[in-house]
Amino acid sequence: MSVPAAKTTRNKRLYLEDLTVSFDGFKALNNLSLYVEPGELLCIIGPNGAGKTTMMDVITGKTRPDTGSAWFGEDMDLLRLTEAEIAAGGIGRKFQKPTVFEELTVFENLELALAGKRSFWRMLRARISAAEQGRMRELLDIIGLAAHWNLPARILSHGQKQWLEIGMLLMQNPELLLVDEPVAGMTPQEIEYTAELLLSLEGEHSIVVVEHDMNFVRSIARRVAVLHEGQLLVEGDMAKVQKDARVKEVYLGV
Amino acid sequence: MLRPLQGIAGRERGDLWFLSVLALVVIGVPLFNQVVPASSPAHLSTYGITLIGKYLCYGLLALSVDLIWGYCGILSLGHAAFFSLGGYAMGMYLMRQIGPRGVYGNPVLPDFMVFLNWKSLPWFWYGFNHFAIAMLMVGLAPALLALIFGWFAFRSRVTGVYFAIITQALTYALMLAFFRNDMGFGGNNGFTDFKDILGFDLHTDGTHVVLAVISAIALGVSYVACRIVVESRAGRVIRAIREAESRTRFLGYPVESFKLWLFVFSAVLAAVAGALYVPQIGIINPSEFAPINSIEAVIWVAVGGRGTLYGAIAGAVLVNYAKTYLTGAFPEVWLYALGALFVLVTLFLPRGLAGLLPSREKRK
Repeated sequence: MSVPAAKTTRNKRLYLEDLTVSFDGFKALNNLSLYVEPGELLCIIGPNGAGKTTMMDVITGKTRPDTGSAWFGEDMDLLRLTEAEIAAGGIGRKFQKPTVFEELTVFENLELALAGKRSFWRMLRARISAAEQGRMRELLDIIGLAAHWNLPARILSHGQKQWLEIGMLLMQNPELLLVDEPVAGMTPQEIEYTAELLLSLEGEHSIVVVEHDMNFVRSIARRVAVLHEGQLLVEGDMAKVQKDARVKEVYLGV
Repeated sequence: MLRPLQGIAGRERGDLWFLSVLALVVIGVPLFNQVVPASSPAHLSTYGITLIGKYLCYGLLALSVDLIWGYCGILSLGHAAFFSLGGYAMGMYLMRQIGPRGVYGNPVLPDFMVFLNWKSLPWFWYGFNHFAIAMLMVGLAPALLALIFGWFAFRSRVTGVYFAIITQALTYALMLAFFRNDMGFGGNNGFTDFKDILGFDLHTDGTHVVLAVISAIALGVSYVACRIVVESRAGRVIRAIREAESRTRFLGYPVESFKLWLFVFSAVLAAVAGALYVPQIGIINPSEFAPINSIEAVIWVAVGGRGTLYGAIAGAVLVNYAKTYLTGAFPEVWLYALGALFVLVTLFLPRGLAGLLPSREKRK
């Protein structure tokens, strides 16, 4: 079994090392190195264009870096796998803009996210087991869409679509959750509920949250990483990050 | 029970209606042709049977287009290529059946080969004197083409209008190839003058009745098979690909392989339609590959309503009925009428005629 090349560390859930991505000379990521611990909830903040979404794109196979390495555990080389293989391997993603399947019902959206084998021939014969049905019913309650299960997703409100996408992420039951701006367009109560939900997942899943809403980040943050111009500027707990002079300069604009 | 219900009521009504009409055809065609005497005005003429048989084949072609376009968003403007390949495979069998009854009386070589001074049968004609082998090739040849073509196209993530254009190029290239005499498929004359199929004379009403009934059964079986596919969990993935292809990939589905298998299945359905079409019409030539034929099939589906299956078939029958009437009464208007129909449907009936049926969702 191959092992990440220049590992100074071991037993991380996700290894990102020396990643560089350039678009037409602009370096979206510039020698970025970042690790995610098993079961940890990591918040990533940074101004627009800091490389947060590009980093997620690299992890999920959407963008290939010019240099560097990205490993999920010790045996999944993310740079050699397709988007589908990475997703099936245990990395789930919630996009910045809620992307649900508009013409499909809430139930069908969740069903698509259901964990399991994903080949055409298997899906042709696959049935939903009683246990899976129970899990979906439970999840519909958690995301507050039980009454809407049979409606097409296009008629949901923006916030409900966010919830549906979070529900799909939970349905996939991935080991690593990448959550891009989960609370955009949510009411304060919904934001609070989302924070509770993410915290309840901590421990069993590794979670990486990208968010602009500082109050939200403060309410869930254990460890915070600040990205700036494609690099890791500083990492640590919220207090340390907030005190850091460089962070104040680039991000908080003080 | 937690079961998706939305739209099902309308869908099941559509299935029931469609299969009932098909059952009426299966009973009605033999009844009105064989039992009702020729002197009666209710008698179904040879022309009538052939027309019904033709519409059934077009319905099957429309079904195959709807499966990939209506459900998966793959717009093929070259589906007539698979239809024609199926037709040619059937035509090869029918040519071999002529035997020594051809103009030149050669027991092995079809007339056009004798005319071209060929001495022996080309290797790819071997076995086509056996019905079973010919039927196998009806499915196999188009399936292989769809597999290879689809593999390259989907793997390179060619989608939307670009895919439509290369499928159009595919059918055009095949048309040019089949026009060539050295291809060994009869050049621009194609195949015709068929005598019999499995020993049954192709010039009797009885044979045509049986062929029309078989076409109806083939359409019914294909319809149910398509319904099973689109209502399975794989069918949900297929619709998800139509909605947001890359999002489906991020859920872990091998999108390319879903599209590829659906495309191959659809190509085989189109080929079966072509194979049933040829003995009823009595001719197959390279003009069947003409790009306009594939475009017409897409228009049938658009008119009838995408993503319903029954809508596509209804569209095929209605548009072709209009074509039969208009090309007879006002031959010069037909193409304008077809173009206008497509524009009007796109503008005012994006969901086709099937969209006019009341759906469950609307009543809520």
